[in-house]
Amino acid sequence: MINRLDEALRFQQTALSLRATRQELLASNIANADTPNYKAKDINFASALQNALAGTDAALPVAQTSPMHLQGNTSLANLGGQVMYRKPVQPSADGNTVDMDVERAQFADNGLRYEASVRFVSDELKDIQAAIQP
Amino acid sequence: MSLFNIFNVSGSAMTAQAQRLNVVASNLANADSTTSANGQPYRAKQVVFSATPVGDGSAQGVQVAAVVEDKSPMKMVYDPKNPAADAKGYVAMPNVNVVDEMVNMISASRAYQDNVQVLNTSKTLLLRTLTIGQ
Repeated sequence: MINRLDEALRFQQTALSLRATRQELLASNIANADTPNYKAKDINFASALQNALAGTDAALPVAQTSPMHLQGNTSLANLGGQVMYRKPVQPSADGNTVDMDVERAQFADNGLRYEASVRFVSDELKDIQAAIQP
Repeated sequence: MSLFNIFNVSGSAMTAQAQRLNVVASNLANADSTTSANGQPYRAKQVVFSATPVGDGSAQGVQVAAVVEDKSPMKMVYDPKNPAADAKGYVAMPNVNVVDEMVNMISASRAYQDNVQVLNTSKTLLLRTLTIGQ
C-alpha cells in the first residue's frame, strides 16, 4: 500500500525537484547578469522530466577505480536534466549572454508552475485522505 | 534542496553589487581629490566580477575577483592659483568620469533590486512548500 502511495506522488515530487533545480539555475543567471563571459544556462524541462520519470541518467557517471572513491555529485543527473547554454539573441561585447527579460520572465513562470505543483500534491494528498476515511 | 541554495546565489550577487556601489560612491566622492594617500591624484576604481560555483549543483554565484584602478590619463585643468599646480599652471585632476559612475550606480542598484526580488520569490516558494499536506 505504501508503494502505491509513493507511486501516486512520484510524478509531482519529481516535477517539484526539477522545478526547484531550474529555479536555482535561473537565479544564478540573474545573479550573473553583470559578470563578463558568463553564459546563461537552462534545462529543457519537458525532456528532463521525461528522463527523470524513465530513470534515464543523462550525465556520465563519475569513474570509480577504488572502493574508497566517493560517488560524486549527480543530483541533477539523477533527475535526468542536462544543463544547456541559452542561445543569445543580442550578445553583448563582454561575452555575457544573460538576457534579463528572458530570465525574469522564465523565473516568474517557473515559480508559478512550482506553486501549481505544490497545490497538485496537496490536492492529491487530500484525495488520498478522503479515500481512507472510515 | 536547490531552493535554499538560491539564497546563497542571490546573496553573493547582492554582496558583489553592493561592493560595486561602494566603489562608485568612492569614485564620486573623490571626483575632485587632487591628492590621495600615495600623494598622487585619486584614480577611479572599478570592480571585476567573476562567476563562482555555489553549493553542489551547477548554480553559480558572483564574487568580486579584483578592484582595478582606471589606467586612463588624468584630467589636466588650468588653475595656476591651486597649490597642486605644476610649473605651467596645470593641475592633474582625478580621471573619474561622473557620467560613467552615475550609469554604473543605476545599473548596480537595479541589479541589486533584481536579486532581492529573486530572493523573495524563493522564500515564498519555500513557505508554500511547507504547506504541502495541510
